[in-house]
Amino acid sequence: MLAKTSGQRPALDDRSWVRGLLILSALAFLLLFLVLPLVSVFVEAFRRGVGAYWDALIEPDALSAIHLTLIVAAIAVPLNLVFGVAASWCISKFDFRGKGLLITLIDLPFSVSPVISGIIYVLLFGLHGVVGPFLKSQGIQIIFAVPGLVLATIFVTFPFVARELIPLMQEQGTEEEEAALVLGASGWQTFWRVTLPNIKWGLMYGVLLCNARAMGEFGAVSVVSGHIRGETNTMPLHVEILYNEYNFVAAFSVASVLAMLALVTLVAKTALEWRFGAELAATRH
Amino acid sequence: MVAASSTDDAALPSSGGTVLSVLKKPSVIPGFGLTMGFTLAYLGLIVLLPLAALAVKAAGLGWAGFWNAVLTPRVLAAFEISFGLSLLAAAINAVFGFVVAWVLVRYRFPGAKIVDALVDLPFALPTAVAGIALSALYAPNGWIGQLLMDWFGLKVAFTPLGIAIALTFIGLPFVVRTVQPILQDLPPEEEEAAASLGATRWQSFRRVVFPSLFPALLTGFALAFARGVGEYGSVIFIAGNMPGVSEIVPLLIVIKLEQYDYAGAAAVATLMLAASFLLLLILNLLQAWMRSRHAR
Repeated sequence: MLAKTSGQRPALDDRSWVRGLLILSALAFLLLFLVLPLVSVFVEAFRRGVGAYWDALIEPDALSAIHLTLIVAAIAVPLNLVFGVAASWCISKFDFRGKGLLITLIDLPFSVSPVISGIIYVLLFGLHGVVGPFLKSQGIQIIFAVPGLVLATIFVTFPFVARELIPLMQEQGTEEEEAALVLGASGWQTFWRVTLPNIKWGLMYGVLLCNARAMGEFGAVSVVSGHIRGETNTMPLHVEILYNEYNFVAAFSVASVLAMLALVTLVAKTALEWRFGAELAATRH
Repeated sequence: MVAASSTDDAALPSSGGTVLSVLKKPSVIPGFGLTMGFTLAYLGLIVLLPLAALAVKAAGLGWAGFWNAVLTPRVLAAFEISFGLSLLAAAINAVFGFVVAWVLVRYRFPGAKIVDALVDLPFALPTAVAGIALSALYAPNGWIGQLLMDWFGLKVAFTPLGIAIALTFIGLPFVVRTVQPILQDLPPEEEEAAASLGATRWQSFRRVVFPSLFPALLTGFALAFARGVGEYGSVIFIAGNMPGVSEIVPLLIVIKLEQYDYAGAAAVATLMLAASFLLLLILNLLQAWMRSRHAR
């Protein structure tokens, strides 16, 4: 009962004890490593009841962390969205030399440790950095301030939209755009009326993942933030501070909001995959 | 060259510059200059320039200074811990990720779709949240930590074992998501042929199925490994962070930065970046191998 196979292909059927054993070990592994950590976030958050949970969320430092997280994501995600569309347009609609190199460079931030994604901006804009002294003389502060948080977040979420769109648009080719242009549409009209409707679900998929990472990023923003309470703390950094102060209920309360964001992201992502699986197929290679 | 592409050029109103046409094939679609210009400027400002600043800072140390900063017992121990435990976690994920992918593709069971969606949780859950959740679970008074303590006298949180647990969580989706699509597309006829020729189920798995999945498994393993080496947020809460015992490379970089040892931090970061790029190169070769295997 537990483990029916498709039954269409008897040669592919495993013995029932093999099926049972494999399903059980897969579920046990996922229970141990995925479900329990997720459940424990909510259990720890409500350990002292709903009142303590709510208090931890409406406390001024928590509210300012939530506010800052939203601001950072509201800047980083649209910028990477525009970049993703522009990059995939020039990569998928044209043939030019060095395309492979360009794609590799766009993917580069994914293979860089989050800590390094933060440190590069400290070395560039920090007080002892390459252009730091000049910026200070101009009264501009980037590191230990909001611009640094935004830059580090843009870096770690850099490839998300582009890497969803590039394979999708490459698969769609250029015939539809060429037809629109031949019929007299302008470049912008072609983009808005032909290309955008074709890529909108892939675009949404990329933005969804980009946003989840932007709001949840820890390592990179931790390096550039300076951890000034109420000023440069995003939600993940606020979680860290509370946890290190042994204020576990408050730490898990704020963490539970981030966990809910992750769950909403997963549900939306799965819904997109089920509904528009065929259109997104190119991106899930 | 101009003569060769004259028919295409006739349909091309604007971008007829000879320099451009050496680099780019002509096209009727507009916007190449705009999108390419923006892409390169944004890429340069956000990614390449800051990475260059890292290289400049590390180069400022000179060759001898660089190796002096990097070849200290503490740094070497951190590299050993980061790479060793990432390998262990990637190996655990290779085994169980393979089983999860197999179960999800080959068997029908209630809740399979939910399990499938849940596999991506480590991608979506902020690392700091994963970190505090895992350390609460595996702490000596946590749900799992207490059991392991009582039954085996095993301490997990705040030891290197805790780091391996966090890295296993972080790397979990990679093997599943690389093996799953390949397994899905595997032609069933091959296994049927093996069975009709008298192979047992185990023989046809070992000789027919597994070799086709191996490149994907290796790619997933390498991806999980590369992710683990750079991971920071989920590890630092559960690690204990003892220098030489449970201090990972990314944490050491942060510590050096907080001590205003910018050059030292840059040196360690550069070495780690070089290691990541080497891994990336290996991964690209693996993926090329995978594609050529798959295309056959």
